[in-house]
Amino acid sequence: MSQANISESEVDIVIGALHSDLTLFMNEWRPFFLRFHIIIVKDPDLKEDLQIPEGFELDVYSKSDIERVVGSSTAGLFSGYSCRYFGYLVSRKKYIVCVDDDCFPARDNMGNVVDALAEHLFNLKTPATPFFFNTLYDPFRKGADFVRGYPFSLRSGVDCALSCGLWLNQADFDAPTQALKPGVRNLRYVDAVMTVPVRTMIPVSGINIAFNREVVGPALVPALKLADEGKLRWETIEDIWSGMCVKVICDHLGLGVKTGLPYVYRTQRGSAIESLKKEWQGVKLMEDIVPFFQSLRLPQSASTAEACVAEMAKTVKEKLGQVDPLFLRAAQAMEDWVKLWASVASSTG
Amino acid sequence: MAESSAKPVPLLKDELDIVIPTIRNLDFLEMWRPFFQPYHLIIVQDGDPSKVIKVPEGFDYELYNRNDINRILGPKASCISFKDSACRCFGYMVSKKKYIYTIDDDCFVAKDPSGKDINALEQHIKNILSPSTPFFFNTLYDPYREGADFVRGYPFSLREGVPTAVSHGLWLNIPDYDAPTQLVKPRERNTRYVDTVLTIPKGTLFPMCGMNLAFNRELIGPAMYFGLMGDGQPIGRYDDMWAGWCMKVICDHLGLGVKTGLPYIWHSKASNPFVNLKKEYKGIYWQEEIIPFFQAVTLPKECSSVQECYIEISKQVKEKLGKVDDYFVKLADAMVTWIEAWDELNAPSEANSSKQANGPAK
Repeated sequence: MSQANISESEVDIVIGALHSDLTLFMNEWRPFFLRFHIIIVKDPDLKEDLQIPEGFELDVYSKSDIERVVGSSTAGLFSGYSCRYFGYLVSRKKYIVCVDDDCFPARDNMGNVVDALAEHLFNLKTPATPFFFNTLYDPFRKGADFVRGYPFSLRSGVDCALSCGLWLNQADFDAPTQALKPGVRNLRYVDAVMTVPVRTMIPVSGINIAFNREVVGPALVPALKLADEGKLRWETIEDIWSGMCVKVICDHLGLGVKTGLPYVYRTQRGSAIESLKKEWQGVKLMEDIVPFFQSLRLPQSASTAEACVAEMAKTVKEKLGQVDPLFLRAAQAMEDWVKLWASVASSTG
Repeated sequence: MAESSAKPVPLLKDELDIVIPTIRNLDFLEMWRPFFQPYHLIIVQDGDPSKVIKVPEGFDYELYNRNDINRILGPKASCISFKDSACRCFGYMVSKKKYIYTIDDDCFVAKDPSGKDINALEQHIKNILSPSTPFFFNTLYDPYREGADFVRGYPFSLREGVPTAVSHGLWLNIPDYDAPTQLVKPRERNTRYVDTVLTIPKGTLFPMCGMNLAFNRELIGPAMYFGLMGDGQPIGRYDDMWAGWCMKVICDHLGLGVKTGLPYIWHSKASNPFVNLKKEYKGIYWQEEIIPFFQAVTLPKECSSVQECYIEISKQVKEKLGKVDDYFVKLADAMVTWIEAWDELNAPSEANSSKQANGPAK
């Protein structure tokens, strides 16, 4: 398979700004961000003005913009880390790349700076292979291929809808793990990207992702808000929930999800021990969330991401509604999201 | 919570046998000497039994040729392939150890990116002695490796993992491609060292390569039958594949784990792609039926031992794949013969005096 042709006009970079000063962040990413259009969405709870360096082609959205577009009652969907979903909603592009604003370009094992954008787009433009595991990982990478024993009928693969990248330095651990091992840094650069097999669930970290907005945009849902959701990653699980929705929908629609490269370099923030006081809810809820998604099946009739999300919302209400009222709110948010997607996402452009 | 392993890796020298099929010679062992010498080797000599295979000095081994296989198994020897490295599974059957490591005689010590020699056996032991996590994918791969852990969102109830039954290693240099791919890319070499071990998720099948493979014989041994290949058979180079598919279905059923990734060995010999094509040709067509077959296999709850699962699979092979080709009827019968032979040779608390090797055992 050949290298992907990256057309800038097909891509939006979406940044959820949880910090007001984006100068260092934008400057570090400048060589890679420059040729793309950028959507910056400011966390509605952030009081200070954003500081953004010059030279980028960008649109910035803040609380008032969000309220204008979706109405003030629905604007609540987009607080904290979920502000990025507003960016997905208003984008007109086919592909979205999204990284947290405390992540920087990483270096690979040779010391070269990683172009995370190019790598995500390569993942999205080359097929995924969810039906059979290739032991040499992504067969479409240069120098690799399908191994002996890989059925030929499965070698054309399926479209890749979601690319989940990883993080060097500060890995995406939960608060208990981080509190127990405050000094641990992820130093291992694993030079692989692979397709997540069909029916296998993964905890998608929203820190470093890219996706095909046209196909799965509606499936990335800003739905699950913890009661004590905070401004540190380990005080949220909105991306984990959203990622499970996407995976189930991709499995259902015959699309692929890849994980592995690219890496970003993630920096340290906050006290895990402080977060421990709040985070238990998320950790406990995963015990219910994972079995739910593992057994979730969608009806044949659901043939678009929107239809799938609508079906899922019903099942969430039915099966998880009793477990915690939070799930009822998530189901409602999913329904609101589908409506929003239908009205906002299609009306502009 | 995953543990960081600062403790030394146990050698397991009295608990692990190294099984090597060979038809040529065992010169490759010289390079492996620093890592293999503490272990007992089981050499399975394929081809002409009158040929004498020289084992380098200083290795503790037992050697079986075709005459030994026939003598030990009698009529059941029909399940062991001839003129194919599939005969190696005889070594698994006669071993008395808990763990097996099997390696091809054209596989050498590889170097990691820092230039250091890779002790493949040590890595396999680490893989096998730490749990697997087949029920939920950890995006940082094996959470039990030093410097790794479970990521945010990984349920705590799944963090103990399950016992690891198989550790599947990889190869640098000559990649394990099928004949068509070899013909199209004769010069491609695998130069990418991917520093990871990961559990293959439950419900996912993979092509298992027997070149660099370790397993817990007590947990999964009877499932590691390498099928009917080579002389007199319509197919070759699908022995490890077959074992891998049966093994994975059984591991998934019994709640055991399979890991793949590190360690790497250096695969030095590219076999002739035209010869390979002749051997694989039927397999390439048959695998289109075989894969859906294994993906759909369900084992009844009552099958609680590896042998029971394996016999059940053999029935389904006969019934469903028997329609594809008569070979599968023979293979299904051979699978049953294998289990019978396995149980005979591995009957608990029996002194197995009937099996005498053809080379010094101690």
